Amino acid sequence: MSAREEILANIRRSLGVNGAEAPRRMAVEDRLAAARSGIIPARGQGDRAAQAATFKGEAERAQASVAEVESAADAPGEIARFLRDSNLPATLRMGDDPRLAAMPWDATTLEIAHGPSDGHDLNAVTAAFAAIAESGTLALASGPDNPTTLNFLPDNHFVVVAASDIVGDYESVWRKLRARYGRDVMPRTVNLITGPSRSADIEQTLLLGAHGPRRLHIVIVKDA
Amino acid sequence: MTGTATASHFKQNAHAALQDAALQKALQHVRANFIDKRAKAVARLPEFDALRDSARDIKDHTLANLDLYLEAYEAKVVAAGGHVHYAMTAKDGVDIVLKLCRERGAKAVTKGKSMIAEEIGLNAALEAAGIDPIETDLGEYIIQLRGEPPSHIIAPAVHLNKEQVAEDFRRAHRDLPGDRDLSQPVQLLTEARGILRDKFLSADIGVTGANFLIAETGTSIIVTNEGNGDLTQILPKVHIVIASLEKIVPTLEDASQLLRVLARSATGQDMSVYTTLSTGPRRPGDPDGPEEYHVILLDNGRSSMLGGDFEDMLRCIRCGACMNHCPVYHAVGGHAYGSVYPGPMGAVLTPSLIGVKEGGQLPNASTFCGRCEAVCPVRIPLPNMMRHWREREFERHLSPAAMRYGIGFWAYFAKRPALYRLSTNIAMRALHLFGGAKGRFAWLPFAGGWTRYRDLPAPQGATFQSRWRAKSGRLN
Repeated sequence: MSAREEILANIRRSLGVNGAEAPRRMAVEDRLAAARSGIIPARGQGDRAAQAATFKGEAERAQASVAEVESAADAPGEIARFLRDSNLPATLRMGDDPRLAAMPWDATTLEIAHGPSDGHDLNAVTAAFAAIAESGTLALASGPDNPTTLNFLPDNHFVVVAASDIVGDYESVWRKLRARYGRDVMPRTVNLITGPSRSADIEQTLLLGAHGPRRLHIVIVKDA
Repeated sequence: MTGTATASHFKQNAHAALQDAALQKALQHVRANFIDKRAKAVARLPEFDALRDSARDIKDHTLANLDLYLEAYEAKVVAAGGHVHYAMTAKDGVDIVLKLCRERGAKAVTKGKSMIAEEIGLNAALEAAGIDPIETDLGEYIIQLRGEPPSHIIAPAVHLNKEQVAEDFRRAHRDLPGDRDLSQPVQLLTEARGILRDKFLSADIGVTGANFLIAETGTSIIVTNEGNGDLTQILPKVHIVIASLEKIVPTLEDASQLLRVLARSATGQDMSVYTTLSTGPRRPGDPDGPEEYHVILLDNGRSSMLGGDFEDMLRCIRCGACMNHCPVYHAVGGHAYGSVYPGPMGAVLTPSLIGVKEGGQLPNASTFCGRCEAVCPVRIPLPNMMRHWREREFERHLSPAAMRYGIGFWAYFAKRPALYRLSTNIAMRALHLFGGAKGRFAWLPFAGGWTRYRDLPAPQGATFQSRWRAKSGRLN
């Protein structure tokens, strides 16, 4: 008997079942197919403006910084400003996301690089798949548009979020993923990110920038 | 399993822990931080208690149908291009990891924090096979340098002070200037970040645990704050996930309910910084991510816990709230338990994993104050289950003779109420009399275990039962 068969047989013996029971199979299939939502906190709900305000407040509670710009054309300028004000080099790495590609980076003095990070980049920008109001969380999907290494290796992570992509709760993100990628199909990685990297492993002292980014700056694009 | 050797010596371990000044200083951080942060996070979320019910129900439903959800999960992992391996025992789990490493000629393996890796003793096995295991969680990295097991399931180095960590770093990082300043946690973190960054980039295989496995999509989820788990899984060519069977949940919606109680119960955050969903290897066109994705599903005693007295323990989501709120854990720390899993959840789980003979002392490490159950996000009746274990220990004649005689002696009177009342009345009056003006005893026969550390207050004169009768059973 393989380990797989042995474990399944053990589980069934302990549960007093044989695995062929139609009602159990139906209950499981139904649950997987329906993907019903459970309790959703009221905190993230409300109209678009309320959700954007909640998202901003919660992200700041998690030590992210948040800026709002009127249009996508203003995003490069905001990132350049942040780097300048923080005395950081004017370099920036990004993937092939068309939303980023359409922005006027040439209007800034930023030196732009493309593709995944090999660990030698100080700054990177990615475009969010969605943002979640209830906890100030960003949802980022992997792929050539937004390589996952950009979310973790650079010291300073910028994330551009369209205001229309701000949702109330995690469940809304799952629905959006299913609509985009198909039922039961997921991108290789979905990163839910709430604030910059941190550790409290030494004497419970909270420090930012453990292994991932030391700073997380979120740029919300209003008219997108 | 590492560290099991001393689970049967809890009393001696606890005694030593109480005398350890450095440990006692470090443990103050547990009391001061975790309780307060959790309380504040819970107070901010009116739906928290309803979410706990929801989390409990999801886990119960999944466990009752675990065979079917495992099959569904496996099919989805395979459909996404991943591989699923089953391990009946800890050794089987280790052997699968070693085989995957050997076949790929791996020399260095980075590791995200995983209690299952601790449970199966993965680091020792990798080292014995000539493979370098690199712990990347800051706390795990520190204890790996010290050759110690974790003392807490989410804060592995919580038993240490910064001065101890600084000493370890000076000893381990010899290439760095000897006179560098390591007096503050931020300097220690910066040094570890620099050293581990190179290791992330050069590792052959990354091993992580999983907080949840999603049957609907074949996804594994890890929850971290540092980002080390992510660098562990996206940089090497191979990502191995090791997880125990009960980590399965049906859908992403179900996982959302559990995520809402996990971080709040653990660290008092609304959400941990990084909640990462991984499904299969990198896709065509992906510029990064692992080329291979393997999941090892570990049983190691879980399938036998289903349907029995300890099934509820399989709901555990490893948040650590029970130990953060436990007066025994506060007093002695995690190492005294001598098992991979300390605190109340460890006291219940350990005898299931290593047997009541070895682990049977741990369920006695409780005052039955009930705080663990009161804060458990999945409502595990921990004190009740510790009581079950105590009964089994007693039934199997594993408890010490003096304790068994003592309980027998007490039972003789307890079964004869009139005699019980008479003798306790006499005893209370006698103690009241001998207690004298001070009203307390510095020493008393058969009570040395108590009076060695503090005075025993003398009874005020009458027993509780007689005073209760005198008040006709009214509370005031």
